[in-house]
Amino acid sequence: MTACCSENQTLSASLTIKDRLGSWKARWGIGRMDHSMKAGLYAMGCPDGHSPVLVTSNYKMTVDRVRENLAGRDIWLLVLNTEGINVWCAAGKGTFGTDELVSRIDKTGLREKVTHRELILPQLGATGVSAHEARTRSGFKITYGPIRSEDIPYFLDNAMTVKQSMRKVRFSLIDRLVLTPMEIVIAMELMLKVFGAMAVLSALGILPVERADYLGLLGSVFIGTFASPLLLPWIPGRAFSFKGMITGLMWAISVVLFLFFKGSANWLQLVSYLLILPSLSAFFTMNFTGSSTYTSLSGVEKEMKTALPLIVTALSAGALIRIASFLIL
Amino acid sequence: MELKYLKNVATLKLDTDKCIGCGMCKIVCPHAVFTLENNKAGISDIDMCMECGACSMNCPVSAITVKSGVGCAYAVLMGMLNGNKDGEGPSCGGSGCCG
Repeated sequence: MTACCSENQTLSASLTIKDRLGSWKARWGIGRMDHSMKAGLYAMGCPDGHSPVLVTSNYKMTVDRVRENLAGRDIWLLVLNTEGINVWCAAGKGTFGTDELVSRIDKTGLREKVTHRELILPQLGATGVSAHEARTRSGFKITYGPIRSEDIPYFLDNAMTVKQSMRKVRFSLIDRLVLTPMEIVIAMELMLKVFGAMAVLSALGILPVERADYLGLLGSVFIGTFASPLLLPWIPGRAFSFKGMITGLMWAISVVLFLFFKGSANWLQLVSYLLILPSLSAFFTMNFTGSSTYTSLSGVEKEMKTALPLIVTALSAGALIRIASFLIL
Repeated sequence: MELKYLKNVATLKLDTDKCIGCGMCKIVCPHAVFTLENNKAGISDIDMCMECGACSMNCPVSAITVKSGVGCAYAVLMGMLNGNKDGEGPSCGGSGCCG
């Protein structure tokens, strides 16, 4: 009779402080790969044989975003095993795919839970799922819902239709902002090794590394991983590496002018900063392509063909010149 | 300000002869690249294409081809450093890479 029985795994539509803390930690890469749920069929509210079936990934942040928009509704949530990766990335990798979808339907016994044969998938899952093939293989018809889970209520309340704007992915300031912590963490993991090597060389008396070296590099990291992503639409150029180079150059010039007027740097050292700081920033901003929602693989490959050699050359030349500048003293 | 990436790089191709006007491409495209007129799909702005592959995946008559992949510089770099082994091309890192 009623499907509100204990044999279903239920999910609540309210998020706890622990949930929100978990999302925040995931944004910083803390315990990121453990932030997943067990794949399977979950019940929200009191779903029965007529209730809609929404499909999603088993990245816990994704499931949280979906369920917080389903308050007061009776829904079946089919959670696919995407190895703890969000829908769109998993779809690109193939784990949010036709095979997993068909297999998960079988494994969860979904056919016994619902009398209809319809599934609602997030639009961004379409990168990995072939709707017509899934239908042939599983017997379930696929309807693509909106991109954002916050638009699911509209979709469900309007006979499974969406406004056209709900089918366009965005990359707003907030979208970019929440992605920067991971960029910073990954960059700092690399830079701490570089700083460590610099400190050791300095302590051994091999290279008299200065505060300006550390702070200049640190500033470049901040510019490349945080400032450039935030200011993305307003920085000239389309290639991410170019944008990073521009903002990095502004930083480099500020550093050079500051040191010049302070009189505490030799000119070779200043030249080295003009080479190193913009190229480091360009490198990190180029890496932001992987977090963006609009860069194509072909575009990235084209961008890298030019940018990578330039970055490597500038960094190497800058490093050599900086080392030479120590000897001039 | 609409964010736009590089021009004239997208590998997206639509065969309008094969197209049956089902509209799936228009539904799944996250950048509104496709139009649907007179029972045929069309491309409105190919430079908006990010090669996600959703369109070719969901075209029931295989009228669309695109060299799809993840537009991630880090993955491309890792692929290059791995000597493009196992199937060549971009390789996503282990944990901590993909969100």
